[in-house]
Parts: sequence; structure tokens; C-alpha cells
Amino acid sequence: MNRDNNHTPLKRCSMLTKRIIPCLDIKHGRTVKGVSFTSLQDAGDPVELAARYSENGADELTLLDITATLEGRSTFLKVVEEVAAAVSIPFTVGGGISTERQVELLLSRGADKVSVNTAAIIDPSLIDRLASAFGNQCIVVAIDARFTGSKWEVMSHAGTKGTGKIAIQWAKEVYHRGAGEILLTSFTADGSRQGFSLDITKDVSCSVNIPVIASGGAGKPGHFLDVFTKGQADAALAAGIFHYGVVSIARVKAYLAKNGISVR
Amino acid sequence: MSQCIKIIHYKAGNIASVTHALSRLGVQAGLATSPDHLKGTDKLIFPGVGHAKPAMEVLRQTGMNEAIRNYRNPVLGICLGMQLMAEASEEGPMEGLGIFPGSIKRFSDEVKVPHMGWNSLHELSSPLFKGVNEGSHVYFVHSYYLPVSQFAVASCEYATRFTASIAKDNFFGVQFHPEKSGTTGALILKNFLAL
Repeated sequence: MNRDNNHTPLKRCSMLTKRIIPCLDIKHGRTVKGVSFTSLQDAGDPVELAARYSENGADELTLLDITATLEGRSTFLKVVEEVAAAVSIPFTVGGGISTERQVELLLSRGADKVSVNTAAIIDPSLIDRLASAFGNQCIVVAIDARFTGSKWEVMSHAGTKGTGKIAIQWAKEVYHRGAGEILLTSFTADGSRQGFSLDITKDVSCSVNIPVIASGGAGKPGHFLDVFTKGQADAALAAGIFHYGVVSIARVKAYLAKNGISVR
Repeated sequence: MSQCIKIIHYKAGNIASVTHALSRLGVQAGLATSPDHLKGTDKLIFPGVGHAKPAMEVLRQTGMNEAIRNYRNPVLGICLGMQLMAEASEEGPMEGLGIFPGSIKRFSDEVKVPHMGWNSLHELSSPLFKGVNEGSHVYFVHSYYLPVSQFAVASCEYATRFTASIAKDNFFGVQFHPEKSGTTGALILKNFLAL
């Protein structure tokens, strides 16, 4: 396939670079999923891992709290504080956020943005309230979507429950309610390493006027090129391939730059 | 000689990021919430995120608007902080501190708003950018911008060319977030501290 001259023209030409965002899943204050940075003293330490990704060219980080307990939450706050002190790039935190108070705590500990998911599905007005209290630039709405064979359905509760909502309609709604960014995860592609779900990414990206981060399915540098050109994503998030060292952020960026994508 | 640096704290700033960034440079900054906190300070940092109008209200209520205007040592406005130092803003709309000429405008809907991510700096002309290369990337998050004027000391492009940094007398402003812009941002903050 000749990719050199057949890029879908980028809808909006600017010097703004495409962002590559590694995601760290954090449970009880430790990163989960294997990590293959052999030079790390403690691969489970989110602070050390965040600092390493920051040095290696990550444009932002996402920290996802996958603990459900209250003790887990306070441990997570401490991680957020330590990452904020150590790392000089922006980071988003998510996982179980449902109240203004939680957002206030996370932002005051140094998080730049928060992402909400299930709580916003249960009570969409949460998005309006958070956007008006903290500014829409720091409110990310995470949308987990699955292709049912006929439509892209929004999933809640970490992808375990179908909601009946159509992804594109939910994306438009969260945009109108004041979300500053959408993190779109394809549960159909997630973990497959067969590439991002390009069609739904493009549909969402073209129907809202806020940045869209594509997530799920990254397996090689070409997948990132595809999601930025055909998928029209503004940023791409990946976990496994970076953690396991399948490919480095530097290699992804070098490949993108070679193919005409503006990266940092 | 250690300097007394304070961060203006008025409920609209993400002060944790700025505090951490200064701390990484070995500077422990205090917070200033009222005009008398400015006495004896060598430099001020004026951060800001969120909506312009309520932020300006807080500055007026606390008298910080006049205090900033009359301050004679270096001040660095960051993001909304910089925008509040302009004459006026479409966001609100509202009147600003009037330190920098020009009026804040909203990006057109031809581009995604907010302008979020790493973009490049051009036309650098200030001691703030000593050692910073043309085209260096820094992190932006904003929906409104200040058009370029004779006081611009760095520009950036997103649908239009806009002021990435501005300087007039003792007042400096950056539209991007140096505290979140990796090593480039750290160098810019260091340059400000060295003024």
C-alpha cells in the first residue's frame, strides 16, 4: 500500500503536533501490566515509569486508577502528587471519578485534566457541572465503544455493560455539554494490536469540534499513522505496546515524521 | 542571593503545577492572595486556567488587579494570567488589566477548540527565550488568543498567527504552559528567574 501521497488531507492544517500518550493502569499505587524497561529499578513504580516516559518523548500521560476501594483512592492521590512533582508534561487522571470534590482534589494535587466515564453516562449533567466549575479544558470524557455488528455502542462500567447509547450521538452530547476532549477507546480493537478502529475514530473526530484521543488496538508505528490520517485523531493512546517494549515512543514518532505527520 | 518569588493565588490558577516546576528549579515559591503579600517580593508569577470573567472578579474583589498593575518587578502571566493582562476579552466579555494592548479573541470554529497540545514557537525576541531554539515545542491549552502586536516576543500558529509570548516594561506573558513544557519550559522559567 502506498501511503506516501495518499493521506486523507488533514482537515485542518496547522503546526499543532499529534500527541502520543502512554497510559498507566494503577492499582493500589502500583502500575499493573508488565513493563519491559529493564533499566528501571522498580518497574511497578508509577512515578519512575511516568518520568521515564516523559524523558522518552511522551507528549502527555494518562493515569488510570483501577482500584475500587477507598484506601486505593487515597493511595492514588499520593501517586498523582508524586507524578506531578516529578514530571514536567501534562497528565490526565481517571478511574471512578463521579463528584466535583474528587476532581478538585485531583487537580489540587497537580493533575492537569480528569477523565470521566461511567458517572457521566449515569448522570450526563456531571459534565456540565465539571466544565463550568473547572473549565472545559480539563474535562475529558472517556467513551468506551464496541461494534455490535450494526452499530458502535457505548459501554459503561469499564466496558462490562452495554448502555444502548450510540457512540457518535453520545460524543456529540458530551461535546455540547462542555467536554474539552474525548478519549475514545474501541473495545473491539483493544488488546488486539491489529490497529485502531479507524471508522469510528474518524466519525467521532469529524462530528465534534474538540480534540479526540484514539485508544485501543495499537500494535505498530503504521497504526499510529493510520489513526492520524484516515482516523483523523488528534492524539493516540497506548499502553501494552509501550509497556512491553514492542515499540518505543521514539520509533513511533520517527516513523510519523518520516511520513509527514507533525510530531514533537 | 535567594529571591522572593510569589505565585498569585486567586482560585483560577493551577498553582500545583507552577509550584512543582519552580521547585524542580530549586525555588520555593510562596503564595500571594492579597496586595500586602506582594511587599518585599522580587518576582510574581500569575497563572490561570478556566474562565476569564470570574477570575477577573476575584482579582477586583481582592484589590489584586490594582496591585498587579502597580507592581514594578518582573511579572510572568501564564495562559489566562497573560490574557487577563490585556485590555479586554471576548470571553465574558470583560475588561482586563490593560497592561498589554489588544483584545483577547476566540479561535474560529475552523479549528478544534481548545487549541490543545504541543505547538512551535517562532519569532523569538526576549531574554525569556535565551537558549531556546526557533521552532521549539511547548504545551498550549486555550480557546482564546491575543493577536500579535508590536509587543509580541514569540508567535505561534493555529488557524491564525497569535501571541505566544509578550513583553512590555516589567510585564511578561506566555500563552503556553512553561510549567508543563518539559525541558524547554523549564529553561524559559529559569530565564524568567534570571531577569
